[in-house]
Amino acid sequence: MAVSLRESVQLVSDPRNLDASVEEVFQLMLGVDCRRDGVFVLDEQQSVTAVVGFGGLLSGACVFKSGSSAAMKIAAHMTGMEFSEIDDTVKDGIGELCNMLAGAWKGKVPNLAANCGLSVPAVITGRDYHLHVQAPEFKLNHTYRFDDASFEVTIICDGLQ
Amino acid sequence: MSEVRTLIVDDSSVMRKIVERSLRQAGLDPLVVYEAGNGAEGLDMLKAKQVDLILSDINMPSMDGLEFLRQIKAQNLAPGVPVVMITTESSEEHVKQAILAGARGYIRKPFTAEQVKERVLSLLHAA
Repeated sequence: MAVSLRESVQLVSDPRNLDASVEEVFQLMLGVDCRRDGVFVLDEQQSVTAVVGFGGLLSGACVFKSGSSAAMKIAAHMTGMEFSEIDDTVKDGIGELCNMLAGAWKGKVPNLAANCGLSVPAVITGRDYHLHVQAPEFKLNHTYRFDDASFEVTIICDGLQ
Repeated sequence: MSEVRTLIVDDSSVMRKIVERSLRQAGLDPLVVYEAGNGAEGLDMLKAKQVDLILSDINMPSMDGLEFLRQIKAQNLAPGVPVVMITTESSEEHVKQAILAGARGYIRKPFTAEQVKERVLSLLHAA
């Protein structure tokens, strides 16, 4: 029997799955607690965004975005190194973080885990850019805070079979 | 314990460092680490170096982890060396494909150092 996620859209789009995934990744890989926070305000000139695509029964993307200081803190926790700028290691770390967030989130729903693949991460750095997605099936956009730093994670679904 | 020569295959240099750190926390000492950024580089490394343990991601550009496993077998590289997959892919189907391709262990990201220790030490003692 062909698998369909359309009837499970409420389960797939449950915001608690995203919160649990973010908390799990931060606790296990960075050793820090993070919690849901209010609206994400980017108060730095430079930001870092990582994107991991979903393909299969669900198409869309997981997007991580933070300011440069939060990105460097995250990379420092992951590597045990100190960073003074967004270098290749920081970008690599943020890309891998987004990869783990995407994997942890899709793993929360068994049919999604088995029938949806991940792309390799893409990392964008810069200023004054916005990611736009046309008419998503659903979108989860949450802000989190750890160690006085904040970031946002967005799950965009633009197609569900 | 005698020297453990380990190949870590992952397209993220940060993840390779995290895995190495987990292996050292597991007590693997002395530890010699070789790194590769994808399956094709991993095969080149296995043609040049003797290893006791291989840890590999699945989703990588150029050659993914499952094809890397199949090629290790097809080219008779590192016979008898345990391969552990470390990956974000968590479904039963992915685990089954990895085991069928020759993996002896599977660790899902995110992971703790304790999980790496448990999986790796049992395989090294059995080898």
